[in-house]
Amino acid sequence: MCGIAGLIHKGKSSNVGGEMTSMLQALKHRGPDSTGFAVYGEPSEGDYIMRAIVAEREDIDKGHGILDQIKSRIDEVEKRLEEHGATVKTKDNSTPYALRYVLSHDGDTEAMARHIEEIDGVEILSLGNGLELIKDLGDAGDVAELYGLDEFAGTHAIGHTRMATESDVDIRSAHPYWAFPYNDVSVVHNGQITNYWIMRRQMERKGHRFQSNCDSELLAVYTADNLNNGISLETSLKRSIEEIDGVFTYLVATKDQLGMAKDTMAAKPLVLYESDDLIAMASEEVAIRAILPEEIDTYDPYDEEVRVWQA
Amino acid sequence: MAGMTDAQLSEMNQEERAEALGMTSEQLTGRSLFMEFDPDAEDRFVYPWAPDVDFNRRAEIDTDEMSTTEVNAKMRELMEAGHGTIVVKNPRGKHSLGVGILNKLNLIYEGSLGYFAVGLIDGPNVRINGRVGWSCGENMMSGTVVIEKNAGSTFGAAIRGGDLVCRGSVGSRTGIDMKGGTIIVGGDTGALSGFMMQRGRMIVCGNAGKNLGDSMYDGTIYVGGEIRSLGVDAVEAELTELDRAWLTRKLTQYELMPENGVDHFTKIVAGKQLWNYDNLEPNEKKLIL
Repeated sequence: MCGIAGLIHKGKSSNVGGEMTSMLQALKHRGPDSTGFAVYGEPSEGDYIMRAIVAEREDIDKGHGILDQIKSRIDEVEKRLEEHGATVKTKDNSTPYALRYVLSHDGDTEAMARHIEEIDGVEILSLGNGLELIKDLGDAGDVAELYGLDEFAGTHAIGHTRMATESDVDIRSAHPYWAFPYNDVSVVHNGQITNYWIMRRQMERKGHRFQSNCDSELLAVYTADNLNNGISLETSLKRSIEEIDGVFTYLVATKDQLGMAKDTMAAKPLVLYESDDLIAMASEEVAIRAILPEEIDTYDPYDEEVRVWQA
Repeated sequence: MAGMTDAQLSEMNQEERAEALGMTSEQLTGRSLFMEFDPDAEDRFVYPWAPDVDFNRRAEIDTDEMSTTEVNAKMRELMEAGHGTIVVKNPRGKHSLGVGILNKLNLIYEGSLGYFAVGLIDGPNVRINGRVGWSCGENMMSGTVVIEKNAGSTFGAAIRGGDLVCRGSVGSRTGIDMKGGTIIVGGDTGALSGFMMQRGRMIVCGNAGKNLGDSMYDGTIYVGGEIRSLGVDAVEAELTELDRAWLTRKLTQYELMPENGVDHFTKIVAGKQLWNYDNLEPNEKKLIL
């Protein structure tokens, strides 16, 4: 059991970091192992925001030498950024192992990202003009405080509270997943994918990379593959219901869209609230009530239902 | 049953024994028994530990800052003190509120509830002025629950008795494994509604999703709108005058009677072709990887 949540403001910016924190904190009982956010700020054309980890949190406790390793990994990341013509405008690190770069870059971001991820222990969590993907162990309050998410202004966000069932409790297996190498696309998922290995092999044969053994990562890679081939988000979501087996509800966010899809059995929950200026959805109504305490009308989408909203 | 000894009972066949014990064997299926209501045997329908409440004594609980456990404990405390009408304010989607109430009570929620709302109840009349999440009324045994807005999936799962009414639309697997009682949906219902239904009746005024009544053993489903598809062994049956009379009575009672009456309702029952349990399981297919 995991908890997922999403919200999108139509045509305006809001404190989506604080709102998503409240929603995910209300879903803590569905998954206490880790929490993740994909928040979308105002896109800045030309500048890229790159979030990456250079170690797992548990590595920090492993003893001597890890901090030296982290330092050498960061040096190597910055060296490769420079090799690909990227200029680091700002650099922040909320924790010793999590980095945030604002880059000026007009080259091939996919080639740059692939080169950086060849560094042992380094994973790019997100790369894009608006997307910032943050995930760590602990509940929403802990992660939001650690990464300063309480006041993050943006148009939309998705989030996830994870109960680890088929892979490890670590940042690598936490959601959301960035749809590498497709900029600004992220995915959260609640469910189990039963043809994971078959689909994974298909994707790997096409050259896609997997960073974890978590079945949810497949949805991110699958979405990236479709978008790379010029397929719209809505078509990709519809196609996934036919091609991916299992029970699932998942959300996909792009630079300016938020979409949802539910499997043929409608076995995983989602509650939806729609108004003229805000759409909010979550595994449980209690998460929506965390940001909309007044009495509202909500409903459960049905099986095979796909929706896409524009920011 | 008076004066009937164990020895006499042991010599009877199942049907005779059921009748002697105050139950009636259902001739239609021969597989289930039910107890007939006898107004002179009220004790049989009241739990010995049930508090004696007075409907005229009213209490309110503001649950805004309370946990589910605290709310349910407070409700029990009020019932023990004799309050027969309880109004719960600001529930804000909390789970498992009002579960396991086994006595008469007027229970009113001013807002929406989360999962397992009023599950396992036996007796109370509940009105929810909001929406409910998954598994509302699960395993309820008697009483009345009316939800003013929409409901989530597995609405009325394994319900055994009473009336469970949603004026809006409900999610998937409505009435899954239901064993009695009545489920009424004012709007639409999702896929696999009535899955493995064993007894009871379900009315859906709107449309029904795919695989309606899949693998149902018994019971009846009435659908006022379109049915996307029928499940395995679910078949359409003729709507009789008794069906029309019952539908009219129930829908009128809950103010859900369609303007065009009930003649357009489709009646779905079990085809009873899945009842052969003597066949061997088919050999498992070997998967070629």
